[in-house]
Amino acid sequence: MTDLGSTANLAAPDKSAGASADKGEDKDPKKNFNYPLVRVCDMAEELRVEAVDMVVTAVEKHPGNFEAAAQNIKELMDKRCGNSWHAVVGEGYGFEVTHEMRNLLYMYFGGNLGVLVWKAS
Amino acid sequence: MKSVRRAKLAPETPLVGRTASTHSLRSNGPEGDANGADDWLPPKVLLKPPGQLQLTDTELNEEFTRILNANNPNAPQNIARFNHREKAFKASPNVDHLVVHFEFDGYLNYRNVDESSAPPEPKPEEAVGQEQPTTETATEPLQSADGEKAEDEKKSKGPLRNQFNFSERASQTINNPYRERSTNTEPPPQRIFSDTVNQWSIYDAYLEDLQQKEKAKAKGGGAKGQKDEDKHILPAEAHTEDVYYKNADLRKSLTIVERMANQNTFDDIAQDYKYWEDASDELAGSKTGTLLPLWRFVCEKEKRKQVTALCWNSRFSDFFVVGYGSYEFSKQGPGMIGGFTLKNPSYPEFLYVTDTGVMSLDFHPQHPSMIAVGLYDGSVAVYSLQEKGNGPIFKSSPKGGKHTDPVWQVCWQKDDLDGNANFFSISTDGRVTQWTLLKTELAHTDVIKLHLELSSPPTATQQPTTDPLHTETTDDPLFNLAGGSSFDFHKKLDHLFVVGTEEGRIFKCSKEYNNQYLLSFEGHQMSVYTVRYNHFHHNIFLSASADWTVKLWDHDEEKPIMSFDLNSSVGDVAWAPYSSTVFAAATTDGKVFVFDLNENKYEPICEQQVVKKAKLTHIAFNPFEPVLLVGDDRGAVISLKLSPNLRKRSKDPEDEPTKLKNILLVAMGKPPAD
Repeated sequence: MTDLGSTANLAAPDKSAGASADKGEDKDPKKNFNYPLVRVCDMAEELRVEAVDMVVTAVEKHPGNFEAAAQNIKELMDKRCGNSWHAVVGEGYGFEVTHEMRNLLYMYFGGNLGVLVWKAS
Repeated sequence: MKSVRRAKLAPETPLVGRTASTHSLRSNGPEGDANGADDWLPPKVLLKPPGQLQLTDTELNEEFTRILNANNPNAPQNIARFNHREKAFKASPNVDHLVVHFEFDGYLNYRNVDESSAPPEPKPEEAVGQEQPTTETATEPLQSADGEKAEDEKKSKGPLRNQFNFSERASQTINNPYRERSTNTEPPPQRIFSDTVNQWSIYDAYLEDLQQKEKAKAKGGGAKGQKDEDKHILPAEAHTEDVYYKNADLRKSLTIVERMANQNTFDDIAQDYKYWEDASDELAGSKTGTLLPLWRFVCEKEKRKQVTALCWNSRFSDFFVVGYGSYEFSKQGPGMIGGFTLKNPSYPEFLYVTDTGVMSLDFHPQHPSMIAVGLYDGSVAVYSLQEKGNGPIFKSSPKGGKHTDPVWQVCWQKDDLDGNANFFSISTDGRVTQWTLLKTELAHTDVIKLHLELSSPPTATQQPTTDPLHTETTDDPLFNLAGGSSFDFHKKLDHLFVVGTEEGRIFKCSKEYNNQYLLSFEGHQMSVYTVRYNHFHHNIFLSASADWTVKLWDHDEEKPIMSFDLNSSVGDVAWAPYSSTVFAAATTDGKVFVFDLNENKYEPICEQQVVKKAKLTHIAFNPFEPVLLVGDDRGAVISLKLSPNLRKRSKDPEDEPTKLKNILLVAMGKPPAD
């Protein structure tokens, strides 16, 4: 339910579009899936909102260049709250990471991207 | 040093050139001849070394010039050194031509130069010499002795200080011991998280999210409802922070600390409470007494409320409850019950908040934790101090025989035959109701309805003020019940009780006769606020009324035995628990009157202004200690200590009833019975 709160504002315009395009969902469902969807988040509320913003701006800034986007996210997070953040941006990958508590964000964005940001020093 | 130099050079000369030496010798010859001074010397014989070249004169006369320079012929001419800076070999032009063949430091000194006196020291004998002219009185032998001394010193100093005569001394301080210290911080808590990202999982997640949102939307109001939920959750969470205050152990210790602080703050009052006695009371002929104000009990929360009830606990001598409410019809609001102890005047031990103003209170005599409460809205409730909750354990329901007007008085009675606790209540709606505490509910029985027409037998002795009311009753059934305002039970005969009404009439009733008065007492013109039976003489009771009077009655006589005019509306009256002849009354002009009929039948033995600008509403004697409580209409309760004259009692407690009886007999104009 917490996820809903964060994405509510972003999803609001989608809602109307989604409702009208309900019938045409099979044709192009991905169109509606361009908002950030937080899957797992272990962060303070403030930080989470900020981190989601960072991810969105970084990915949009470097379309198609996952490495640059990840680099950007990592640097922004390091600057924002201390060292040793790690970021993974990709369309398909598996992972098992050790992260510091209260410092993990795992989200989907743009319908085809998985972004994992965590802190481990 | 010149000599040294010469000596150094000396061996060099022969090396430089053999020919030169011969040449010099030759040159010396004609010189010596010329002078003739060297005649005494042995003649010089030139010894020719064997193998010497035989040279002709011309050859000998030939001149060879040879230049001597300071260069060392053996020194290398072309020294090349590696220059690290330029990383190449470099010829160095500086060649050292100095060669030392012999060196010798002399040990001779010049005679004239005394090395021992070389350091310029201020000489003591000189100082003495300078002082000499000033100290003229010094004798000759002493002067000479001084001189000798100076010489000795000079000798002792010796010719030279041995520069090798020294000893080396060294010491070492203790090294501070080293200590090693280290700490280890705990690493931040970590967790392992794993998942797999792929296109279909992303798609599924988005789809699920979409469905959830639609569901929330379908529920209606979606986000709005959620917010409401949050609102509900938040205060509850904030509330949990207070939980530790409710911890029983902590609460107990906090109470103790609070009492300690209060004991410290109010130490002087506590001392007065225990030890102070008015010295003027002991003066011969002094029959009046005084009241010493002790603690003042005010709770910030009840400042705007009036004290409407006061009741001492039946078991604990320091504990009492105060009911807060309002007597003013237009200023009604929630009421409060505060339990205070003398040990903590600053804050009540407990507080119950009621929906409407509290009008009356009574502690159960056998179960000191039970409080019966009468409220302004006509309901009655029972609170138990043993219960943890903030609410009453019993409360009359609107359909269960609730009074329709304020409940002016409640009074516990003996448990009934089934062992159920029960109490009585009286209200202006004209009913006296008995409430029985059953397991789950509060059962009610109307004991009596105060009918006006019954109350006024058609005799000529009616008060003119009640006439109009009485005549109206026939027309208007609304007014056919008298408004009860107070009652009290006979101390010995369970079924007997007297009821004071707003009309000023007092009735003697019995639980047995439902709708009939045993007797009607005429005397008061205005509302009777209190009726009280005497603790010792069971047939005697007092009534306090708004008509400025307190009257004393025998419940078998229709007319009052005594009447005391107090010049102000009397809020409450109370018999002293220790003496049959002492009672106290509180009036609306802020005065407390204490009467001892044994001392003075007409005047109070104490009349004291207790509060200014406030009306006193209630008064209560502590059942154990000589302490009186008065409540005012500003929410304050003041405790007063009775001076010795106010608490005189008979030596034998058995005499108390007869003491009062005798006085009353005198008052009624009959001879006192012995």
